[in-house]
Amino acid sequence: MKQPITLTVNGEPYELLVNPTDFLVDVIRDQIGLTGTKKGCGIGDCGACTVLVDGKPVLSCLTLAVSVQGREITTIEGLSSGPELHPVQQAFVEKGAIQCGFCTPGMILSAKALLDRIPNPTEEEIKRGIAGNLCRCTGYVKIVEAIGHAAELLAQEETHG
Amino acid sequence: MSATAVVGKAVPKVDGAEKVTGRTVYIHDLKIPGMLYGKIKYSDRVSARIVSIDTSEAEKVPGVKAVITAYNTPEIRFGFLKDNTALKKDRVRQYRDEIAAVAATTPEAAEEAVRKIRVEYEDLPAVFDPDEALAPEAPRVHETDARGKPLKDNRLRLPWRVEAGDVKAGEEASAFVAEGEYEVGWVTHCCLGTSGCIASFDPHGNLTMYSNTQIPSLARTDYMEALKAMGLRGRVRVVNAAIGGGFGSKLDTYAHEYIAILLAHRTGRPVKIVFDREEEFFATSPRQPVKVRVRQGCDAQGRLTFREISMVLDNGAYTSWGATTPTVMMMPATSLYRVPNVRFEATCVYTNNTYCQAMRGYGTPQVTFAIECNLDELAEKVGLDPLEMRLRNANEPGEVTPQGFKVTTCGHRECIEEVAKRLDWKNKRGRAGQTGSKRRGVGMACLMHVGGGAKIYRSDGCGTLIKVDDFGNVDVFSGSMDIGQGLDTVLRQIVAETLGVGIERVNVIVGDTDVCPWDVGVHASRSTFIAGNSALNAARMVRDQILEFAGQMLEAPPEILALENGQVVCREDPSKNLPLAKVLRRAHFAKTGNTMFMAAHFYEPDTDMLEGEFKGNYSCTYAWGCHGVEVEVDTETGHVEIVKYVAAHDVGRAINPMLLRGQVQGAVMMGIGYALSEEMIFEQGRLRNPNFRDYKILTAKDAVKVEPVIVETEDPAGPFGAKGIGEPGLVPSAPAIANAIYDAVGVRLNRLPLKPERVLRALKEREAPSGPCGALQREG
Repeated sequence: MKQPITLTVNGEPYELLVNPTDFLVDVIRDQIGLTGTKKGCGIGDCGACTVLVDGKPVLSCLTLAVSVQGREITTIEGLSSGPELHPVQQAFVEKGAIQCGFCTPGMILSAKALLDRIPNPTEEEIKRGIAGNLCRCTGYVKIVEAIGHAAELLAQEETHG
Repeated sequence: MSATAVVGKAVPKVDGAEKVTGRTVYIHDLKIPGMLYGKIKYSDRVSARIVSIDTSEAEKVPGVKAVITAYNTPEIRFGFLKDNTALKKDRVRQYRDEIAAVAATTPEAAEEAVRKIRVEYEDLPAVFDPDEALAPEAPRVHETDARGKPLKDNRLRLPWRVEAGDVKAGEEASAFVAEGEYEVGWVTHCCLGTSGCIASFDPHGNLTMYSNTQIPSLARTDYMEALKAMGLRGRVRVVNAAIGGGFGSKLDTYAHEYIAILLAHRTGRPVKIVFDREEEFFATSPRQPVKVRVRQGCDAQGRLTFREISMVLDNGAYTSWGATTPTVMMMPATSLYRVPNVRFEATCVYTNNTYCQAMRGYGTPQVTFAIECNLDELAEKVGLDPLEMRLRNANEPGEVTPQGFKVTTCGHRECIEEVAKRLDWKNKRGRAGQTGSKRRGVGMACLMHVGGGAKIYRSDGCGTLIKVDDFGNVDVFSGSMDIGQGLDTVLRQIVAETLGVGIERVNVIVGDTDVCPWDVGVHASRSTFIAGNSALNAARMVRDQILEFAGQMLEAPPEILALENGQVVCREDPSKNLPLAKVLRRAHFAKTGNTMFMAAHFYEPDTDMLEGEFKGNYSCTYAWGCHGVEVEVDTETGHVEIVKYVAAHDVGRAINPMLLRGQVQGAVMMGIGYALSEEMIFEQGRLRNPNFRDYKILTAKDAVKVEPVIVETEDPAGPFGAKGIGEPGLVPSAPAIANAIYDAVGVRLNRLPLKPERVLRALKEREAPSGPCGALQREG
């Protein structure tokens, strides 16, 4: 039996009818139509489906849509406003931290959450922060570099802005 | 090295902004109006006769539009030996065999229907070990070949054998000989984006296949054959969505694609089949397991005298391109280091295991593990430092190897020296007096790979079309594909450089067979070299057309004109310089003889397809490299920690150093996974670890700060001097690590992966060689 829920996704309110067994990832991708959130395994192993719920990273493939009723959800599409990239996104592009790109949205959101928590992370903290996001292409080296660079960009924004 | 404006620069990936904002569309994200969802019923048995299939309950599930089996559809044969069919009739030979399929309005309905398909089987004997499968009394996996000719045994009729020089004489002239057996198991690609496709017929019977294939042109040919088998005469178009990782997994066409075609035709609606992660693990084709026997010898000074390699490959139940990997394994087998006398022989064997495919490196990681571990053993017999052993035998520019490979540029020696220097080899190798449970050691291993295409198909070519608009914007239509490596960025750089325009002016269009010319596919580290040369030549043709016209305009000979910074530049009189756009418009809107500039080029490398004796020149140039690693082995747990990793590669020239480093870093991590942690565990043909929890690819916590060293030899055949780099980075990782473990703790591990329990067992075995651990050795 479907039930109505309200979600705020990237600042937009959505009223949806979902099954109690529907996972957030499928609701975001299929009902709302935001396909930037990826489904890489469906069982919480790969991190590709990471989204932010009230600013905290969650695996949307393990999260029931009904359990986030009324919460603020940020997907990769909501990270930047307008044509300007968010500093984490910008750092990923500049530092070559992307190859096939399938892990990228989840990776970036995990990185964003990490930098919100620890603005100036050590390399170990970065690695721990994205340990739940698998990448098969890059070997993580440039991703770790990019997150370090993003921390610098954010610090500059803080200073100048 | 010639001065360049954008070639050689660390240009960020052109699709980066799309990928970081989630705008890139992968096959998983694509929906077509009216689309149905397809799902496959796989075999419940590993080897059995199909007695009956009952689909009646499945057909009753609401939303189900079609249920197909081999009994109600035309037979579509596919695969390298055409020994596979889209749906299996009468007989199953592996757990992933496709018995039936459903198309429904929702994925849930399709799944429910698949669960309701009932199959009755009659079990048949099965065989899982390739050596046992070779025995005369072994159960036959196939009774006949694709044409119905009876097969005597499970050996594939493939002629993988090459011999050069005189191996016997080489052995007689040897002062030292080392021999060993090495074993590597199944590993799989683990693309984050799983396999999938959407098949869609238009009202005229033309098929559009939305895909994530690495081989759009060859896939098109395969699908055309499928239509023929279905009695259809329509055209085929292959349109690629973005590819979420390839690594060789999408180098063939597979049953699920033909099933989508059959379902789309049956229902008259587009049908999407996308694998879930479990399917991606068990129903795609992994790298093949190989048992390798190596014997090689050298004279008293350590110069190699002969090398003999024989191997058995577990083909699995059907045949894909994986069965042709020995044609590439031959290359390092005969030609890595200067060895005058060589013999190589490979036997592929049918078993009831999953059938195998190519994976990054195309066999060379398997054979290089054997050669390079064995070379260290030989060096020890001679009493030579492995570094010195390698330097004495390193390949040199200008040599022709016994198999007939023409080595043009070759940075092999330089790569070895770079690794030794950066690893501080002289001080770190053979450290005496280590105490405590953690011991450190260093090891190295080299690689040879194709660097200028590889003629494993009748054509190794790629076509490019280029057109220029009135404003200096350039469209490049290439037959090649980006699979994340950055091909579209590299082509932009090459064309922008040649036409003297900014990189933002160049647009690269790939992945649509209706629009793009033919290309054999993204494999063999060939795209930068082959598609790059194709684009370079087409761009040069356009450049010459423009300069010819500008010469007439300026009354100057074209030889003194050039295209730079969006201008036609006159070398002798800068006052004559003209904006490119002005020249383009003058040509287009001339009073008479109006023209626009465009060109097409098909680049086919001047190489040999190896058949018969398997001698000739396979590739325009060869890639060389050496990896060095320092490890720390915990003798109490068997855990191996990578302390330092240096990867030196002769890349010809780095067209984009940032993307190139990314290729090396990513490949090395895959190589470290191959060495230390990755293993598909099959029990009686059933995959026991079809998920990321139990199949361990490395995570960010395991990330090794790989130090890529770029050795530039500027190959005259490569675009701007470049060679291929996609695969080489994972070829020597495993032997380098195994050799380092030996240096640290003195045990040789000849079987991958080098898991802690294997390291520990080897250590215990050494302490008590005749104890109960000796018996344990065999099991795992």
